[in-house]
Amino acid sequence: MNTPQPRVDFGRRALVLRRGRIAVRLQWRTVVVCTALTVALAGTAVLALMTGSYALSPEQVLSALTGGETGFVREIVVEWRLPRVTAALVFGAALGVSGAIFQSLLRNPLADPGIIGFSQGSYTGALVVILVVDGGYALLVGGALLGGTATAVGVYVLAHRRGVQGFRLIVVGIGVSAMLGSLNTWLILKADLDQAMSAAAWGAGSLNGVSWNQVVFGGACIAALLLLAGTLSRPLRQLQLGDDAAAAHGVRVSPTRLGLILVGVALTATVTAASGPIAFISLVAPQIGHRLARTAGITLVPAAFVGALLCLASDYLAQHIAPNPLPVGVITVVLGGGYLGYLLFTEARRRL
Amino acid sequence: MKLMDATEAAAPTAERQPPVPRRRRRAIGLVGALATLIVLMVLSVMIGSKAIPVPVIWDALLNPPSSPDQFAIRDFRLPRTIVGLAVGVALGLSGALIQALTRNPLADPGILGVHAGASFAVTVAVGLLGVRSAQGYMWFAFAGALIVTLLVLALGTTRKGSSPVVLVLAGVCVGAVLGGAREALQLADPDAFDAMRYWNAGTIAGRPLDVVWPILPFFAVALVLAFAVSGPLNALALGDELAVAQGVRVARTRVLAVIALALLAGGATAIAGPIAFVGLMVPHVARWIVGPDQRWIFGYSILLAPSLLLVSDILGRVVLRPGEIPVGIVTAFVGAPVLVALVRRKKASGL
Repeated sequence: MNTPQPRVDFGRRALVLRRGRIAVRLQWRTVVVCTALTVALAGTAVLALMTGSYALSPEQVLSALTGGETGFVREIVVEWRLPRVTAALVFGAALGVSGAIFQSLLRNPLADPGIIGFSQGSYTGALVVILVVDGGYALLVGGALLGGTATAVGVYVLAHRRGVQGFRLIVVGIGVSAMLGSLNTWLILKADLDQAMSAAAWGAGSLNGVSWNQVVFGGACIAALLLLAGTLSRPLRQLQLGDDAAAAHGVRVSPTRLGLILVGVALTATVTAASGPIAFISLVAPQIGHRLARTAGITLVPAAFVGALLCLASDYLAQHIAPNPLPVGVITVVLGGGYLGYLLFTEARRRL
Repeated sequence: MKLMDATEAAAPTAERQPPVPRRRRRAIGLVGALATLIVLMVLSVMIGSKAIPVPVIWDALLNPPSSPDQFAIRDFRLPRTIVGLAVGVALGLSGALIQALTRNPLADPGILGVHAGASFAVTVAVGLLGVRSAQGYMWFAFAGALIVTLLVLALGTTRKGSSPVVLVLAGVCVGAVLGGAREALQLADPDAFDAMRYWNAGTIAGRPLDVVWPILPFFAVALVLAFAVSGPLNALALGDELAVAQGVRVARTRVLAVIALALLAGGATAIAGPIAFVGLMVPHVARWIVGPDQRWIFGYSILLAPSLLLVSDILGRVVLRPGEIPVGIVTAFVGAPVLVALVRRKKASGL
């Protein structure tokens, strides 16, 4: 027998999907925003598949994707351009979620995986491989992952003293990052100019030369990690209230936090391995998503959609605006920073 | 301001007893920091690729130079030490200002776009205008830093006044956009990249005094401004509403503090290039030592920051002798372990 559920007014319209014992409550605004972002993503993806030194029409692209075309057109769309577009989508989403995890975990709008030293550490690892060992691509990826992971673990261990506290983690992270940043500057200063420039280009992050192999492997890792992030995201909302309040709500704070940090770092590490550290998406996507969907705190889903769109659009611009292609990281910074600035500006105006 | 003084004077007598020893301890600490700074300045003149004993230094200061050692002191070591002192003071004070202004104990003076503006202006000067000397960069960097900081202030301010969070986010956005543009310029132009990697490291060597003098009046103005707003900033730490209730003009305080900050951090960056970490760490540590009173934090920062800079500079000369490591690289290696050790020992400090 069903007793009528008391209606709770959450102050915003919600969409409840119920099937048996499982119910999912979504906010209408989030649903609408994510749908709009999906449409924008599809449009940008088709545009990116059309444009290149051999221009195609939208019909050709769509029929190539659905299997209608054969031969050269199919080759261009599916084998050459699609891996890059998919990579931009998946990696962008991963970076957005990773940033959202760190920002709500540390309750700091400027937090990202860089805060526990991952970015600087992976750059140091890559620089050592490029400048000192002079190794190939596999070695470069290995060096970057090793450097990043070792730094993140080091920061966590240094900040551990009867449990890790968010603030101490940030301070230790800043200190260690500053040291590694100085070391990076020094390595670049001592290097030969050509090598230093190629290292800097890697450091800006680029999707040049991404192949299906990397996309499939990276995509599988990222899908698994995103699923994990989704299951861990419920305590995240309680952790946003503060450690004590979360503990009072029955969240096991320390293990949950460690798990979330691991997922966040692993997401960034996967992207770094495939494309180099693409800057700024993890910082800016959660903020943009939060402002578009007007959610109470930082939420993962809008951050993922915004991250994907930002990465895809930036990669499109990076390939086509300059005479020679730029690293995508250079454009994400300009596009993301500019858009967040615009949002802040209009928000400030509205509050007058 | 009157109101502030009145509240202080009216503090209950019962509470006056404990602060006295604390005040004395802070004063003794201040004298100790001053002594350390003076010793470090002497060491900075003495130590280098060739060690020079104190009597020779004394001689060189009083008489016209005659020996190579005395020339080295007059033309290299002494200017370097003075530049280190000026830059250190500016960095420390600007860090204290930004941390008080944003109520964030981990804010860095670069957060409002000072470094981004300066490096963008220098990149444009090198890449598009073909400027090739450190002296030429200086005014570009100073102008870039000032313009960008004022832009951030304008973006982060509404008619109701500015909120620290919006100010910081605006700074990050402007900094990011300029940073991307700068990186695109650099990756397209190897010459600019080459020049910028040296400028980026941050150094106080090879800056003749007659080039640095014109910046110092700006520092003096900023110093006066900073101490003028230190009292109101104390009230602002309680939150905007309480500050208003105490008679502080919040908007004016913020604008004056940002101007002082831009002059100090912009000037320091113009002289030495972007030296990170000093401005973040020193005021943070000073707060651990003296507590939340901004006037004491400012005082300690002014003495401790040049000490950190000079120690780092001396180490940079000694470690790879006869080569040198630019001071901007060494500061993080000297400062970060101290910061990590302190944060592990101390209970974390909010503002």
